[in-house]
Amino acid sequence: MPASLTALAYLVAAVLFILALRGLSHPETSRRGNQMGMAGMAIALLATLAHAGMSGSGYLLIVLGILIGGSAGTFIARRIQMTALPQLVAAFHSLVGLAAVFVAAAALNAPGAFGIGTPGNIHLQSLIEMSIGLAIGAITFSGSVIAFAKLQALMRGAPITFRMQHPLNAALGALLVVLIVTFVATGSQVVFWLIAILSIALGFLLIIPIGGADMPVVVSMLNSYSGWAACGIGFTIQNLALIITGALVGASGAILSYIMCKGMNRSIINVLLGGFGSESGAAATGGGPAIDRTVKSGAPEDAAFIMKNASKVIVVPGYGMAVAQAQHALREMADTLKKEGVEIKYAIHPVAGRMPGHMNVLLAEANVPYDEVFELEEINHEFSTADVVYVIGANDVTNPAAKTDPKSPIYGMPILEVDKARTVLFVKRSMASGYAGVENELFFRPNTMMLFGDAKKVTEAIVKALA
Amino acid sequence: MTSNELAAQADSLAAQAAALADKMHQIAGAAAPAAAAVEPFVFLLAVFLMACFVGYYVVWNVTPALHSPLMAVTNAISSVIVVGAMLATGLAVSGWAMGFGFVAVTLASVNIFGGFVVTQRMLSMFKKKQ
Repeated sequence: MPASLTALAYLVAAVLFILALRGLSHPETSRRGNQMGMAGMAIALLATLAHAGMSGSGYLLIVLGILIGGSAGTFIARRIQMTALPQLVAAFHSLVGLAAVFVAAAALNAPGAFGIGTPGNIHLQSLIEMSIGLAIGAITFSGSVIAFAKLQALMRGAPITFRMQHPLNAALGALLVVLIVTFVATGSQVVFWLIAILSIALGFLLIIPIGGADMPVVVSMLNSYSGWAACGIGFTIQNLALIITGALVGASGAILSYIMCKGMNRSIINVLLGGFGSESGAAATGGGPAIDRTVKSGAPEDAAFIMKNASKVIVVPGYGMAVAQAQHALREMADTLKKEGVEIKYAIHPVAGRMPGHMNVLLAEANVPYDEVFELEEINHEFSTADVVYVIGANDVTNPAAKTDPKSPIYGMPILEVDKARTVLFVKRSMASGYAGVENELFFRPNTMMLFGDAKKVTEAIVKALA
Repeated sequence: MTSNELAAQADSLAAQAAALADKMHQIAGAAAPAAAAVEPFVFLLAVFLMACFVGYYVVWNVTPALHSPLMAVTNAISSVIVVGAMLATGLAVSGWAMGFGFVAVTLASVNIFGGFVVTQRMLSMFKKKQ
């Protein structure tokens, strides 16, 4: 296949990828979009296979690799539970990062394959691009491994902080720059692997101080990094499909990180420096002992009675719903209430769950129609007209302190104004505070009823009481 | 700006980027024999910057309800890095490069298949009210 024809095929693939993202503007067009993405990938793969001068053993290895990787990927993607989606995405990011590292290593060992020089005599510019792709790829790899471990609860979600953490990271960052300059000047294999090792260490160190509930930002950011790593490799091997796709993915991850940060009213720097929601932070902002304050707690039967007599119920799901796998029970409850003539809507906070859009996927899994699910801005004015708000597994995103208490660490965060509803039902395992370590004023209000227990069990009990 | 205007803009930008890239390739090809008056890097950079803008507009247009599928599908498409891995495997003269290429092909394939399949699974669950 002539080189320009191959390049054109890559271009077509890139355009199909753009259309794939474009399809996601609406659920109706999204499935076709995804198919276009698959078609684009197929074109890119075929065009590469048709490249002139490929060796027979090379073909064998390529097909073998695609077979092994492809069947592993398909198997995992089919078996994975929807609640485990955030860690799956983190794991996939780590693979992109690692793949970038290996492609860079291959390019260093066989520059001729990409027309960027001969071994030991690679073009200066290619060395720069290669080292950048390598460093970002390696950071993406190890950072994603940590994100995966925190999301999968293989390690504690709490931030890991120690003295001189930030100066240490800064020093390692400076060392990384020195190594890259050395590599560009010498093209040395040893320095190449030193960069890889240092970047991997840096990826670990950058993510460990960031707490579990900040993972949506981290996962989005690593998504962005994986895109930039692809870009770096794309520049190295002068491939248009890689450059365009990398830029798309980089922009996408950056925008998602921005949206998440805005949803918490925190700057990206504040999130990345980490330590939020750690023990010391909680102690400083706990707002004094709350032992004497009384809360009203109720039984599922009471909740069922209140909701049956309501005309409008808004459900506010949070991470707790995902942990308890309560989405199916929730939909059952909603169905029963709908039969009683109650109007049901769902309100989703931008940072609910452990990845952007997490709650929407879980509700969709439980067959909740997407036109009953609303974003914060769409539904916030409706809480004043709701008879009941059913908060299940959410806490900080409903806390009025975000609007009233300038000293609170969550001050300024946009919240779902559930306190405006006539009655608030709070499903919670205990009185423990949320991730931000802040007491929620709502628990003590006269129109709040606490339903203590596991989100799924409580919801199932309500369904039973409704019948 | 309405979402439709944004979408139209993104589409035309995409078409422009594609046309531009195509043209650049011709120019680059023509310039190569004449000792490359303009570095190919400049053309690649132009494509890169265009793609950043296209990405910016297209992604802002994605509905928040589909942000999880967005992450999964971007994951899948960023594994187009497999192209580099395949070239390394197929064209390499040294055993090391071939080995690295093979590992990268395998890793990226997990992502490609896994990413698209899980996206399709997610999207198939989003249904309208009957």
